[in-house]
Amino acid sequence: MGVNISEDFEGVVAALEGDIDHHTARDMRELIDSYVSKVAPKMLKIDFGKIQFMDSSGIGLIMGRYKLMCSLKGELKVINIPKRIEKMVKLSGLTKLGIFNYCSKTT
Amino acid sequence: MNNIINEMSVNFLSKSCNESFARTVVAAFVSQMDPTIDEISDIKTAVSEAVTNSIVHAYKSGIGVIYISAKMYDNGKVIIKIRDKGCGIEDVEQAMQPLFTTGGSDRSGLGFAVMQSFMDKIKVSSKVGKGTSVTLERHIICRSRANGC
Ligand SMILES: Nc1ncnc2c1ncn2[C@@H]1O[C@H](COP(=O)(O)OP(=O)(O)OP(=O)(O)O)[C@@H](O)[C@H]1O
Ligand SMILES: [Mg+2]
Repeated sequence: MGVNISEDFEGVVAALEGDIDHHTARDMRELIDSYVSKVAPKMLKIDFGKIQFMDSSGIGLIMGRYKLMCSLKGELKVINIPKRIEKMVKLSGLTKLGIFNYCSKTT
Repeated sequence: MNNIINEMSVNFLSKSCNESFARTVVAAFVSQMDPTIDEISDIKTAVSEAVTNSIVHAYKSGIGVIYISAKMYDNGKVIIKIRDKGCGIEDVEQAMQPLFTTGGSDRSGLGFAVMQSFMDKIKVSSKVGKGTSVTLERHIICRSRANGC
């Protein structure tokens, strides 16, 4: 459950697991932000591959990290969006930011 | 006419750890109607939005009780009501506008938009100082006798 943070050649990777709601998003946000503020990477990748459920709190989480990376002059990518949460991502209107990468090849 | 075939109600405190409890208990109830995975996921999401609003906005300065009731009908319809006795909403129409939020940087103002697009119908009634009630309606596509067809 939660957040698994690692680094690769591009920067920081935060792999999320389980459900994202207002309750769980708080810890995820704190863990990501404290790590990212420390290393100020050029790239933050948030991996949604193991997310089972997400409500609009997940959109808030993405938007907030997008702003954080902008303020650090870095880039955010949201990777491995599972089919089950595509509907939420599309509804948010954030797709125009071009930061998403999906699991399914159909989109 | 449409007859009620089952109903349930559950009350709990407005603690954020109950968000997952609330959507899971509604999903378990609706499962009797043999919904698809997508239908269950839509309903869980909408319930999570309404319950989170009661926790974050209605009872922002303390803890109160959240009331959920759900009814299923023999035509495959399910109606879920999420109610709080919190601060209420001054202007419901404005609150329901996508991106409108009083919640600060961590809220996206999408909760009502999600409820609207993930469910067939939504009704919101609210009184300042009295509380808010959100009624969500969703038709479960008939796939087997479990949902009354
Ligand atoms: N139960 C409630 N009691 C009091 N105010 C509410 C309630 N539900 C919603 N509101 C008001 O309506 C606004 C819009 O709600 P909505 O769920 O659409 O967005 P949000 O909760 O602000 O953000 P998000 O749901 O994306 O995290 C809220 O910011 C709040 O002002
Ligand atoms: Mg909300």
